[in-house]
Amino acid sequence: MTSPTLPTGSGRSYLRLQARILTAPAILLLVLCAILPLVPTIYYSLIDFRLLASTSHDFVGVANYSRLITDPGFLPAIGNTLLLNGLVLTISILAGLGMAMLIDRVIAGRGLLRLLVISPFFVMPPVAALIWKNLLMQPVAGLFAWISGIFGATAVDWFSTIPLVSISLIVAWQWVPFACLVLLTSLQSFDREQREAAELDGASSWAIFRHLTLPHLARPIAIVVMIETIFLLGLFAEIYVTTGGGRATNNLAFLIYSQVMLQYDVGVASAAGVVAVVFANILALIMIRLVGRSLEA
Amino acid sequence: MYRTSPASAALRIVTWVLALAIAAPLLWALLASFKSELEAIASPPRFLFFDWTLDNYRAVLESGDYLHSLRNSLIIAGGSSLLVMALAVPAAWAMAFAPTQHTRGILLWMLSTKMLPAVGVLIPIFLFYRDWGLLDTQLGVILLLTTGNLPIAVWMLYANFNEVPGEILEAARMDGASIVQEVLRVLAPMALPGLASTFFLIFTLAWNESFWSLNVTTTDAAPLTAFVAAFSNPEGLFWARLSAASMLSIAPVLIIGWLCQRQLVRGLTFGAVK
Amino acid sequence: MSEIVLEGVSKRFADHVASDAIDLVIPDGKFTVLVGPSGCGKTTLLRLIAGLEDVDEGRLLIDGVDMAHTAPVARGLAMVFQSYALYPHMSVRRNLGFALMVNRTPKAEIARRVEQVAKMLDLDKLLDRKPAALSGGQRQRVAIGRALVRQPKAFLFDEPLSNLDASLRTQMRFEIRRLQQELGITAVYVTHDQGEAMTMADNIVVLRAGRIEQVGAPLEVYRRPVNRFVAGFIGSPKMNFLNGRHAERYDAATIGIRPEHLGVVAGGSMPCTVRTIEHLGSEALIHAEVDDGSKLIARVSENLHVVVGQRIEIDVDPACVHRFDADGKTLPNNGVSQTNLAVSDNITSLNTK
Repeated sequence: MTSPTLPTGSGRSYLRLQARILTAPAILLLVLCAILPLVPTIYYSLIDFRLLASTSHDFVGVANYSRLITDPGFLPAIGNTLLLNGLVLTISILAGLGMAMLIDRVIAGRGLLRLLVISPFFVMPPVAALIWKNLLMQPVAGLFAWISGIFGATAVDWFSTIPLVSISLIVAWQWVPFACLVLLTSLQSFDREQREAAELDGASSWAIFRHLTLPHLARPIAIVVMIETIFLLGLFAEIYVTTGGGRATNNLAFLIYSQVMLQYDVGVASAAGVVAVVFANILALIMIRLVGRSLEA
Repeated sequence: MYRTSPASAALRIVTWVLALAIAAPLLWALLASFKSELEAIASPPRFLFFDWTLDNYRAVLESGDYLHSLRNSLIIAGGSSLLVMALAVPAAWAMAFAPTQHTRGILLWMLSTKMLPAVGVLIPIFLFYRDWGLLDTQLGVILLLTTGNLPIAVWMLYANFNEVPGEILEAARMDGASIVQEVLRVLAPMALPGLASTFFLIFTLAWNESFWSLNVTTTDAAPLTAFVAAFSNPEGLFWARLSAASMLSIAPVLIIGWLCQRQLVRGLTFGAVK
Repeated sequence: MSEIVLEGVSKRFADHVASDAIDLVIPDGKFTVLVGPSGCGKTTLLRLIAGLEDVDEGRLLIDGVDMAHTAPVARGLAMVFQSYALYPHMSVRRNLGFALMVNRTPKAEIARRVEQVAKMLDLDKLLDRKPAALSGGQRQRVAIGRALVRQPKAFLFDEPLSNLDASLRTQMRFEIRRLQQELGITAVYVTHDQGEAMTMADNIVVLRAGRIEQVGAPLEVYRRPVNRFVAGFIGSPKMNFLNGRHAERYDAATIGIRPEHLGVVAGGSMPCTVRTIEHLGSEALIHAEVDDGSKLIARVSENLHVVVGQRIEIDVDPACVHRFDADGKTLPNNGVSQTNLAVSDNITSLNTK
């Protein structure tokens, strides 16, 4: 199936009315639940609103924003968000690519291979996080500790020393299947004959990979990057369940959550929310520019 | 079609090892779920030779919490998925078979709502729900999950409907079928695989959703995600029990995922990858 | 059995005009063929008549009632699609009966009509099969049957034979035409194949770039094309066109002569060299090049022994010459007239010398 082409309008008048009626409910729900709530968010970000203190709800302009930016936890949160994004993308795509290229070569038992490889994607984030934190990464009784013991190394105390990396690993694990399957599907549509012709011409495996395979994969990789980034911006559960936040592991989403739920400062949290939305939009625009053609090609 | 260089034995072994490594955390938890708590934290770890027991499963199933959360997950995921389909199928039909010059814009706009981080609207939603009694209700969660999954469903169904030859639907129209008849009697049977895989993908995403389901529920409407998240309470970690609870929580969706993997990937990449 | 009239019908798409102020009468009970090169708007016109596209301007009268903005089903027309558009998940029986079922026809009546049509089209043994289990020709017949069962006011055909192989195509042409004549149903048929148009039509409508170039009976369009385009489109092999001094001799910007009106005669007016010969068995086609570079194709008998590279002389009967002005319009006093037959007999006899 080729990419769905975006429609060019040539409406039939006897269908046009029905078409409008049929699309309306979906649009309505999205506007009500996704767009409309942005308005109060912006409003709250401009007033003094704290849940416990009986505040005046006065208009305070950008006071919330300046308090947000000067909050020592703000920049780390942004940094963490980017770091998380970068780490997860890198790990999941490299691992996914490697796995895809391997599976592409193996024929026997490919069904079972795919089964094994896609499993992490369907595990709910709290389960994934808890299994990794406890059964694997726990420095005394975890599986990783035992493995490093075999090699004579000391066990890594994951969450005490490198919590952000630990979380990145957990999230990356959940996304490897996605990257792998997308790249595998793309590899399998890759023209064999092109590759064989190159081999006959004497090209080395590396040259084939660099000049033929990689360009062919550029588009699916771009799509993976885009989709993963969209989902990663809202990363929440893994942080909630492992570290419960804190400067080292807060991303923007968790920062907002803790501002509201733990500090009850709706004003500042809303300001952070606005920042998050703007941030996401910028990222999305960048993505769309880089990848946009892929969706329409 | 022959392969010029089939994988050597070494390559095959590496592939299998790596695949097993990827699935290892799950397999390890699966094993742990059959151990006693002592065995579960034993060091060095026991692999196959331990006293297999079903006690953990029994304990989880007998605790009211699991069944309660299971029920919530089923209702929330099932309910929101059905609602999504009810809204997405008509919209996708209109976009695929009766497009106007606005259709393209609407489609892209819908996708763009998915790019909004949910956290941006957490506060207003939370406050609204609190004031209107929607906090900790199944309906509250269903509405939010429906909103989140609707764009994906519309896009996936739209891509699927595009593959149905338009002429067949025109033939039905010439034959005198109303829109409802056209959709039910001609389109639906032909697009059944696409409809099914869209439903399962949405169900999976709803089942695993871990933002709203954690923030907008406390006890009454707490689904399995909240149930498992509660295990992170540092007061005593029961690894074996945790493993059993985890297995029981992910099983339905894992099985569905195994069965429909190809369509699910396609759906998630919006058909952009062959 | 109905008459369809188009008055000033126009249809615009985003980037081009598909139909430009079309005036056309499709006579009751006759087989009208819309023919033209791809992109000429013939399919659009058919779909406008069917109601699958919206008319931008103009009136569309079916039996005197303007249906330009009515839904397809209310127009009472049936369409046979190029890809047959059979319902893949339904058996042949249910495919045939779908329209009736959707319109709440009683079951007994549906069964009776389906049986009747199936017998007429030789489908009665295939009623329980699904489309995937049918051959191309069988699917075609089911598509026709589906239209027949509705007892429509007119049949619309959208290049229904283009997906069949050559021998099946000629057979089906005959079948469709025979069926239409037996039942006396008005038919509008779209094709890009001028040969198909010639053999099947009561009435040919030649279209180009959204406009009607000519309407008429096949022989009329063949013998008296109104312009260069129609002259070159109808007839196979294509009419020969000559400019320059050849045309000047006839006082025209361009002249056209059909291959069958050229003769290889000693002392003929145009000396040329034979470049290629196509042997068809029943006749031969000689591709010759005149001294000034103009190319000609001549139809000759196989009894004429000519070889490649040979110098021959080609002659033309002035009565068969079509004259065109600088805009491509046909000039009066054209060659092809009632005397045509006698003239071409002459030339044939010259050929076999």
